[in-house]
Amino acid sequence: MPRDNSIKKVLVIGSGPIVIGQAAEFDYSGTQACQALREEGVEVVLVNSNPATIMTDAQTADRTYIEPLTVQTLENVIAKERPDSLIAGMGGQTGLNLSCELYDKGILDKYNVRVIGTSIESIKEGEDRESFKELMERTNQPMIRGEIVNTVEGALKFAKEIGYPVIVRPAYTLGGTGGGIAEDEGELGEIAAQGIHLSRVGQVLIEKCIRGWKEIEFEVIRDGDGNCITVCSMENVDPVGVHTGDSIVVAPAQTLADKEYQMLRTAAIDIINSIEIKGGCNVQFALNPNSFEYAVIEINPRVSRSSALASKATGYPIAKIAAKIALGYRLDEIKNAVTGKTYACFEPALDYCVIKIPKWPFDKFYGAKRTLGTKMMATGEVMAIGNSFEAALLKGVRSLEIKQFTLEREAAKEKSSEVLRGRIKTPDDERLFELAELIRRDYRIEKISQITGMDPFFLKKIKNIVDMEEELKEYRLDTLTPELMRKYKVMGFADQGIAQLIGCTAAEVRKYRESHGILPVYKMVDTCAGEFEAVSPYYYSTYDEYNEAEPSDKKKVLVIGSGPIRIGQGIEFDYCSVHSIVALKKFGIETIIINNNPETVSTDFDTSDKLYFEPLTEEDVLSIIELEKPDGVILQFGGQTAIKLANFLDEMNVPIFGTRPKQIDEAEDREKFDELLEELDIKRPKGKAVWTTEEGIAEAERLGYPLLVRPSYVLGGQGMEITHNEQELTIYLEDAFKKDKDNPVLIDRYLNGRELEVDAICDGTDVFIPGIMEHLERAGVHSGDSISIYPPQNVSDEMKKKIMDVTRRISVALKVIGMINIQFIEFRGDLYIIEVNPRSSRTVPYITKVTGVPVIELATRVMLGEKLADMGYASGINPEPEMVAVKVPIFSTKKLPMVEVSLGPEMRSTGEVLGVGRNYLEALYKGFVAAEFDIPRAGSNVLLTVCDRDKEAFLPIIEKFDKLGCRFISTTGTADFLEKHGYSVQRAKKISEGVPNVLDVIRSGMCDLVIDIPKKGNDKESDGFKMRRTASECSVNILTSQDTVAALAEVMEQKFNIAELEPIAVSDIK
Amino acid sequence: MQSKAAELILENGMRFKGKAFGYVNDVVGEVVFSTSMTGYQEAITDLSFCGQMVVLTYPLIGNYGINLEDMESDKPALTALIVREKCDYPNNFRTEMDLDGFLRQNRVVGLEGIDTRALTRIIRESGCMKGIITTEIGMLSDRALKERFDSLDNSDVVKRVSTPEVYTIPGTGKHVAFIDAGVKKGILRELKKRDCKITVFPYNATADEVMAVNPDLLMISNGPGDPGDIPETVETARALIGKLPVRGVCMGHLVIGLAMGCKTRKLKFGHHGANQPVKNLKTGRVSITSQNHNYIVDDLPEELEVSYINVNDGTCEGIRGKSIDVQSVQFHPEASPGPLDTRNIFDDFLA
Repeated sequence: MPRDNSIKKVLVIGSGPIVIGQAAEFDYSGTQACQALREEGVEVVLVNSNPATIMTDAQTADRTYIEPLTVQTLENVIAKERPDSLIAGMGGQTGLNLSCELYDKGILDKYNVRVIGTSIESIKEGEDRESFKELMERTNQPMIRGEIVNTVEGALKFAKEIGYPVIVRPAYTLGGTGGGIAEDEGELGEIAAQGIHLSRVGQVLIEKCIRGWKEIEFEVIRDGDGNCITVCSMENVDPVGVHTGDSIVVAPAQTLADKEYQMLRTAAIDIINSIEIKGGCNVQFALNPNSFEYAVIEINPRVSRSSALASKATGYPIAKIAAKIALGYRLDEIKNAVTGKTYACFEPALDYCVIKIPKWPFDKFYGAKRTLGTKMMATGEVMAIGNSFEAALLKGVRSLEIKQFTLEREAAKEKSSEVLRGRIKTPDDERLFELAELIRRDYRIEKISQITGMDPFFLKKIKNIVDMEEELKEYRLDTLTPELMRKYKVMGFADQGIAQLIGCTAAEVRKYRESHGILPVYKMVDTCAGEFEAVSPYYYSTYDEYNEAEPSDKKKVLVIGSGPIRIGQGIEFDYCSVHSIVALKKFGIETIIINNNPETVSTDFDTSDKLYFEPLTEEDVLSIIELEKPDGVILQFGGQTAIKLANFLDEMNVPIFGTRPKQIDEAEDREKFDELLEELDIKRPKGKAVWTTEEGIAEAERLGYPLLVRPSYVLGGQGMEITHNEQELTIYLEDAFKKDKDNPVLIDRYLNGRELEVDAICDGTDVFIPGIMEHLERAGVHSGDSISIYPPQNVSDEMKKKIMDVTRRISVALKVIGMINIQFIEFRGDLYIIEVNPRSSRTVPYITKVTGVPVIELATRVMLGEKLADMGYASGINPEPEMVAVKVPIFSTKKLPMVEVSLGPEMRSTGEVLGVGRNYLEALYKGFVAAEFDIPRAGSNVLLTVCDRDKEAFLPIIEKFDKLGCRFISTTGTADFLEKHGYSVQRAKKISEGVPNVLDVIRSGMCDLVIDIPKKGNDKESDGFKMRRTASECSVNILTSQDTVAALAEVMEQKFNIAELEPIAVSDIK
Repeated sequence: MQSKAAELILENGMRFKGKAFGYVNDVVGEVVFSTSMTGYQEAITDLSFCGQMVVLTYPLIGNYGINLEDMESDKPALTALIVREKCDYPNNFRTEMDLDGFLRQNRVVGLEGIDTRALTRIIRESGCMKGIITTEIGMLSDRALKERFDSLDNSDVVKRVSTPEVYTIPGTGKHVAFIDAGVKKGILRELKKRDCKITVFPYNATADEVMAVNPDLLMISNGPGDPGDIPETVETARALIGKLPVRGVCMGHLVIGLAMGCKTRKLKFGHHGANQPVKNLKTGRVSITSQNHNYIVDDLPEELEVSYINVNDGTCEGIRGKSIDVQSVQFHPEASPGPLDTRNIFDDFLA
């Protein structure tokens, strides 16, 4: 069936902000889908609340709306744009759920919008647990059997039916208390009796235990005619029990014989045929490692994180093909873009091994509970390609940027074997290194396999690496032969890893290698294992003989990507990298990108002229540079990951476009930077580095409280606090010096002022500011976690002039060529600088979209030598629009147990949404709505606790809430204060006062909003911390900054209704 | 045990150094590649590879070892197996042997540590080539090499692998006279699953011998080499077409083609893998199939129609008689290894 020509205008719904479990992969698939639709001449209307994505560029769709993802907004967009079709499966679970809601509410019918691709009926059949179960029964597909029982007899009877071992899960007990695994009747009798006793409702769920089963996934595609293929199989290195997003995953499946493989493949195809998927679908299986027994875990009838991984692992663009199928094409009518000759109706053959490793936020949240289970915790992932498992794993490990170049980890070495044995029972982010350490101590692999459920095949591969590490330790550089060196490089060891093991520097290893001609070659990812000639410019390195990547003699530029998504370095940087490439291409320059993140647009082989899917370490990057010999390298868009390569590449005489590495240093080195500011007569909060508690207290006397304190050796605000008095400071300093006495603590005067931020472009003489952003929360809240407003609402023209002047002077003094990001505090009429980043920042996509200034293009051109003036941008600030855009941060703290919820100097948000309005309050309102914040109304219950310090200042806000008819619930301190000022309040017990207490109030769902203004964060024992965690885990809205609450009160007074606000397209922001 | 260095020398002079495993010996054969990512055991025991050196493009081979169930023949017939990395510590609940031991026991030469992708690309570009594997690295003179290359004679490969005598597999259903040109057990399994009684004949059985068992239909198996090298089989097929329903898979398909007056043509490097899309011209449905052939059927006579084509290169993948009861396919509906999507073709064959 060829393209259905009745499809003319399609609505695509995005996945919204980046949260754990729903991240950049949907920018990749959504963008790809939009492109695929538009190249068929279809008009695309896009709605997504996330401003940081490529997807929400005005150019990606014909009409792009950065609007809240609510049914009302979508209905308004549909009414305005009148699309004839909707494609449901491109925006993750969010897009799928909204599509179903639009359908259920009759909105699609009302506006004659039909669903193309997989139908709503099919989606529901796949998503609804009950109907999916029925379908599996109908099609003879086994699922994991479970039954709820309320007697021990019932438990025994059911267990007999399904066979032991079984899992007992008591209903409604916290954290599964009273449950367990029963191996036989005797054990089940005991555990079931206990579970039934402990359960509030006297019920337990008896489920077949599939502990240790392999977890296998298939990505399947089916067209409207029923042609069906599997794109890729993937095997989780961690067995069933760890969320696939938190598992190390290898593609293709490694441990299945053809019989098992084809059994599961056929099952996957049968399932999606029976649901009548039209597009992509992911099917997850559990496979008994000791038989052919398997069970279907679940399916995802849409593109997913796994489909993004499968696309990158194979070169098969799943989202693009799914979009074409939605337009009516059959698989055998769609060309395979990789070969240009064959068709999409085939199954990719891999001739390499792909490994994905999750990137967890625990390096940032050191206090978090790190146990991995069925709820995903990773914020991002890295992918590595090698032609052995070992090489891919080692590449993956060094891509994580956790300073690991081998499997030898200091923290694991310090632990006893007993401790390690205990620790590997429970999966967490350290398990790979800990089991490697056990293997290093000759602990039996079979036993580790028993404990962890990991297949001995994988453990033997890890042992191979460990054995080689031990072997290497026996050598020094002068005893190592070229043959051996080649052997270790083939195995995947980094120069840095070898250097650590033999006791020399990475530079020495490189020199040795190069002098013996031991250099990597690059092989193509071509979907067909070399069977057909491929045109895809997608490469990975190996230490083989034959190189396939042929450098051209065109003018070319290398852009360094930003690696895995993590808190503080998110999708925004991928946005910047991609736009830089787009700009370079526009000027006929050949573009090359290196990146290791499979979720992103930058690693789509269609994005750049050449894609190297490689780690972003000095060695891996330099090797590519030596082969490609680019005219220049651009580092400014790859976040800290790219910037930290600056000095090394400079030393290697690699031409770097833009700001010189020396200048980057000057901005990042505190002392040098202080000197510069002094010279320029620009103010910054006074501060000093101190080495002892006494010195700190003396310094504090001089500066005056409150003070901002932080360890000097960490980035991103980690460990940063505001101390208000000597007592707090003493506690902080003593603790800090106990943890690390070799590094100073930085003490700065804390200025309780308005925070402002600019991204600017400098060509060496002229400086252009696309826009000044004002932070809603006062200084002290990390800029990435603040609500950010453009254009600024409270900044005088004089102050703007000052900002322009200071920005210009700093940029010129630092000899910035390209991007610079500066954060200011306006305090008592003065302007202070708090941070300068000589690179692109996370606000660039936001400011680009709301101002319409092609920021990245300008910066890229400047780096290539053009002048702002010649491009039509004189020094100055871009004129401000009438409309207002407010960026609201989105947090995933709910999914990270024991992580602080309140706002502070440490960044914790994972994503952001944008509210665009005709005025400030409307924009802020939309931002709140997009952030899924329920605006309180008359009758709403607000749990309010305010620390003593801030109580008085809170009175005007309390007054507003009261006037709007909100009711207060508080514990003693705040309740007394409220009553004293004549407000009625319902009292709740503090935790120490017994039950039911304030936590029960939150859990019961009786409060609509929690406002908690803490004295300080991160004290896990405090009531406040527990309250905030409880609110977050129970999905109750919580605010922890007075400024946010005050702004909310203003919004509440406006009594907006989202259904009545007309959506604003990005291109209509004026 | 220190593994022995060995090298592959191609007809065009290119050399690939690696390590010998399995049965260490000097051999000459035709070098072909297979892109299937699973099913190395089935491939190794596939008699269609007789006389060939098989390069597996998937780099990790031997991961789940060898078991005695997934055999496609009693004894492998390939000359050598060329891999990037063989696995010495397989793990699977059915693992009984490892790859190295299995090859050694069956006197099959193994070569590992080869840049298999580069080798594959060379075969893709230059077409199938002869190759020599030797442990006497750099020792062989050009003349010695030429002699070895010239010594390769694959014209009797079918004879080498076909059953020497007639045997019967009991069953209660249709009686299939089955000519074994190097049969994969998978095909017999599919027939057994359908309760067929199967009388298996050597490749050179005559029409009279076949008719003597009074079969319901004739089926001709897959097998190695060039269909032009087995005129006996073509002759028997020709004599029986019209008298019996005649079916064929792979080599059997080529034989039927020749018997019906088609031409056969050698592809540059053939189709070897488990991801080949094939379109059923009647239903329009595309299926992913397992394939292993170098030759194809061309120039169909009036009596025949094309039933399946390869989506990638448009070559003929199946034929059907318009009035005569003849059906055959170039791909392997029995899979083993590969996708099971076209297994129902055996139902059509027996219908």
